[in-house]
Amino acid sequence: MARKTYFDVTRLPGFSTIAVIVFVMLYAPILMLVIYSFNAGSSVAIWDGFSWRWYVTAWQNEQVKEVTLRSLMLAASAATISTALATMAALATTRKRAFRGQTAIYVAINQPLMVPEIVTAVALLILFAAVKVATGYQGMGYLILAHTAFCIPFAYLPIRARLEGMDMALEAAAADLYASPWQGFRHVTLPLLMPGIAAGMMLAFVTSLDDVVISLFVKSAGQDTLPTYLLAQLRRQVSPEINAISSVLLLLTLVLLTTFFLLTRKKD
Amino acid sequence: MQSQPQQQGKGASVSEDPAVEVRHAIKQFGQGDSAVRALDDVSVSIRRGEFFTLLGPSGCGKTTLLRLIAGFETPTSGQILLDGQDITNLPPNKRPVNTVFQSYALFPHLTVAENIGFGLKMLGQSRADIAARTAEMLALVQLEAMSTRKTAQLSGGQQQRVALARALAPRPKVLLLDEPLSALDLKLRKEMQSELKRLQTETGITFIFVTHDQEEALTMSDRIGVMSRGQINQIGAPREIYAHPTNRFVADFIGETNFLIARMQGGVATLPGDVALPLPGSRADGQVTLAVRPEHVRIVSRDTAGALPATVSHSVYFGTDSHVHLRLADGTEVVSRQQTDAEGAASPEAGTGVGVSFPAGAVQVLED
Ligand SMILES: Nc1ncnc2c1ncn2[C@@H]1O[C@H](COP(=O)(O)OP(=O)(O)OP(=O)(O)O)[C@@H](O)[C@H]1O
Ligand SMILES: [Mg+2]
Repeated sequence: MARKTYFDVTRLPGFSTIAVIVFVMLYAPILMLVIYSFNAGSSVAIWDGFSWRWYVTAWQNEQVKEVTLRSLMLAASAATISTALATMAALATTRKRAFRGQTAIYVAINQPLMVPEIVTAVALLILFAAVKVATGYQGMGYLILAHTAFCIPFAYLPIRARLEGMDMALEAAAADLYASPWQGFRHVTLPLLMPGIAAGMMLAFVTSLDDVVISLFVKSAGQDTLPTYLLAQLRRQVSPEINAISSVLLLLTLVLLTTFFLLTRKKD
Repeated sequence: MQSQPQQQGKGASVSEDPAVEVRHAIKQFGQGDSAVRALDDVSVSIRRGEFFTLLGPSGCGKTTLLRLIAGFETPTSGQILLDGQDITNLPPNKRPVNTVFQSYALFPHLTVAENIGFGLKMLGQSRADIAARTAEMLALVQLEAMSTRKTAQLSGGQQQRVALARALAPRPKVLLLDEPLSALDLKLRKEMQSELKRLQTETGITFIFVTHDQEEALTMSDRIGVMSRGQINQIGAPREIYAHPTNRFVADFIGETNFLIARMQGGVATLPGDVALPLPGSRADGQVTLAVRPEHVRIVSRDTAGALPATVSHSVYFGTDSHVHLRLADGTEVVSRQQTDAEGAASPEAGTGVGVSFPAGAVQVLED
């Protein structure tokens, strides 16, 4: 066999070993978490036989129901608003010739990906504290606003990618065929953009659902989300109920991410 | 001479009053030092029902002129008229003009039939009317069997036909075509050339066709506008442009040409080697450039009266003909095209001293 002359990382000594270790590190804990969610006993470390017990317990736990609903509502609101804003931002940054300050805008939109989350969280805590005092409003608005802001880049990136792969002559063709600017958007741009919008919305939803740091700093009393609730429970006592809840969350995320993958995959 | 099939006796009637008139259009992109003048004072009048071709090298402003007529750009100054109406500031969706894009720009989320019906739908026509017109257009481009397919499932030639049908469906007053055939291979290209010509004749719609392929322009057009550097150099029928180019650029761009420097005085040109050639048609005076097509250059014996003395430098064989390269007394290179005869006689040897002559009628005196 001919000797390979290009650099092939898979032939480096120890490559397979390192790869295996990395995969074990990534997936073994998750696997353990899922396995012990089916434990009949009340330990997360000693196996006591198979049971659906903890899923039933979690299902009947009123508090879990409340925080799950709140998390879903929050994620749905933040995903919807951030996707609408991200769609407009993506249209504005791709559907015209390069303009001055384009890079600055690009950086500004993606700022939440780059600034440490804790910094944003502290900043929001200080700002919202002042607003709460001034207005007396204590509702979910703060969480929705904060989640919307950090979800925008996650919605923006797939939409922008979709737009960049789209021939600008299509919109010209629509205008040429008597479509007003609004009709062109409605009948050509939007339908072609739909997979990108759906993908962006899903990513934003998962990102919001998963957030701990910002939620922890921004939430008022009695506004626990599922992740902040789990965190609080862990501090008290650890039972396989947490495993069960986490496993369901994992399943939901997997379903959403698979849909995202299917939507963004090139069809032809 | 290379055969230039010329369709004559058009089915479509070409009338004298203009469908499109461009008046002193200037289009400048950018500002200050980086400004590009894509169109530099272009005026052209395109007749109703004619197949008009804009021909010129890459970057000469053909697409820009087409986009100005379609409404995708507004001129920096100047006017565009359609049927005598000023449409300079009308947006593209308000102009009864349709475009066949170079990339076709078919809507990938719609079927072939929906693509063709798109313009009619935007015009607010009824479902029944749209269906009837779509069927008619599908028949015109022979794609009835494909009507429910998505456009990505079509071959390049079929996509081309859909693009044509889509642009023709709303019965535009003018159809603009920007190098629509350049993405096709040679065989398909030839087929589509006659297809386009047939469609134009059948529909009687004014076509403005852009190409940088001179042969395509010569075979398809009623008239050609030859462009260079943002200006239209010459407008005329294919024969006129080929036989009587008015300047050096046109003579050089369309077909092959020999250029000779001569001195004109009193209707007589003095050629290199002090040969006098009477050109009674020309009133030029002083130094001029003469253009002579290679097929009109004859090789004769050196002592023939009125022949320019020359030396054979080399010849290139092409099958049906061969090009003999000759050097004149002043060093000018002249090419003569010789038809290969039945005996397959060899071209003259390099270094042979010969004479070169051409009929006075084959000589064009150029403006610059
Ligand atoms: N949007 C634009 N911005 C800046 N310059 C432009 C723009 N569009 C065209 N130009 C310039 O104007 C000139 C004419 O361009 P145009 O596209 O009309 O040429 P063309 O004749 O169609 O060439 P081709 O045969 O390559 O398509 C070129 O120099 C081009 O770089
Ligand atoms: Mg062009």
